[in-house]
Amino acid sequence: MAREQRISVTVNGKAYEKTVPVRLSLADFIREHLHLTGTHLGCEHGVCGACTIQMNGRSARSCLTLAVQADGADIVTIEGLRSADGTRHPMQQAFHEHFALQCGYCTPGMLITAIELLRNNPEPNEQEVREALSGNLCRCTGYQAIVDAVLAVARQQRPVEG
Amino acid sequence: MKPASFDYYAARTLEEASRILADAGRDGRVLAGGQSLVPMLNFRIVNPAIVVDINRIDVLDRLEVGTDSLTVGALVRHADLLCNTHVREGWPLLAEATAQVAHPAIRNRGTVCGSVAHNDPAAEHPSVLVTLDGTVVICGPAGRRELKAEQFFTGMLSNALEPGEMVVELRYPRPPAGTGAAFVEFARRLGDFAIAGAAATLTMRDGRCERARLTIVGMGDGPFRARAAEDVLTGRRLGVNKDGREAFAEVAAHVVTAVEPTDDVHASSAYRRHLAGVMTVRALETALARAGGH
Repeated sequence: MAREQRISVTVNGKAYEKTVPVRLSLADFIREHLHLTGTHLGCEHGVCGACTIQMNGRSARSCLTLAVQADGADIVTIEGLRSADGTRHPMQQAFHEHFALQCGYCTPGMLITAIELLRNNPEPNEQEVREALSGNLCRCTGYQAIVDAVLAVARQQRPVEG
Repeated sequence: MKPASFDYYAARTLEEASRILADAGRDGRVLAGGQSLVPMLNFRIVNPAIVVDINRIDVLDRLEVGTDSLTVGALVRHADLLCNTHVREGWPLLAEATAQVAHPAIRNRGTVCGSVAHNDPAAEHPSVLVTLDGTVVICGPAGRRELKAEQFFTGMLSNALEPGEMVVELRYPRPPAGTGAAFVEFARRLGDFAIAGAAATLTMRDGRCERARLTIVGMGDGPFRARAAEDVLTGRRLGVNKDGREAFAEVAAHVVTAVEPTDDVHASSAYRRHLAGVMTVRALETALARAGGH
């Protein structure tokens, strides 16, 4: 019995109830059981950051979390960033405008990480952005455009002084 | 599916977790943050028959700042320490080291107790616990017991836990007034496991060093406490000027001969040895500058 378990999770605002093998990773659960394939798997041991999702308000590696551990959790994946009317999240928009993606494989993890950074530190400098993104590997862009996109969102969101 | 099959139990109380672990003996593993255990499961480096998830045991997320000590429960995440002002002010060494643990998403899930129990030679927390003379509180079939940090670490990826036992909290004594601390590490990329690092505290009074603690990270066997180096500093007059620099060079020479680093794809033994000296000097200089009153 302890090899399968029934779990309830909320993903991007939608409630699911499923029976899963206990050794199934949250990443495989999201991709193969919920068919939300925007969450990507690169290294599957926590190094590349492609599978980063938001779990109960904090970023987490879905490859290093078991699906059963998400029982009762509230999860946001890349598919949940757009608003209901289809408008891109400001971070998605900035990535688009700054050409901050090429193959797009790392992008879901980059977006989740960058959004969390600005929530914890609304006015980061370039070094802080690079540090925050250091756990997300990108093999195409050389990072510069990604850093530019994050800094651009930070500037947009800064309250106008005076 | 990456990991081999196991039975999974999400324990609700410490008693329940202890009972399952005791029954499992050597076949059981504790799952807390999972940032070290799950990669090892994914690689099938470990294949436990039973995994006991402790994340739903509420009493374990205790983070308590006392007058004399800081208590860190088994579910306190690295990120929880970083956003706690009392921890940053009272135990700056712990905060500085924690900020260098991996990356934000890992720090959100990974636990301090888990990092200590795992005892990766390149990890920050084991060395910090040794440097701050901390205590490991252990719960098992025979009840609770406590071990000083240095008795807890028994070699690479090894600790003094008996089958059925788990770490439930860590206690860090409050460093005395006049103490400066520094944690430095060297890695090829930010957030990677350190190739070498050093944790230092210097307690200064009237320009003289009352107490020195120095632990080297990344030297193969787990935290390496540089006792001979500490003896060189204790009782000695240190200034940010020449006498400090001379003493620190002497200490670094001790460290470089005492450590026994291993060779691997990331760095040769000789390079690690060299870095141990460099990290030592950086940590001591920074600790001294922060001690004030010199």
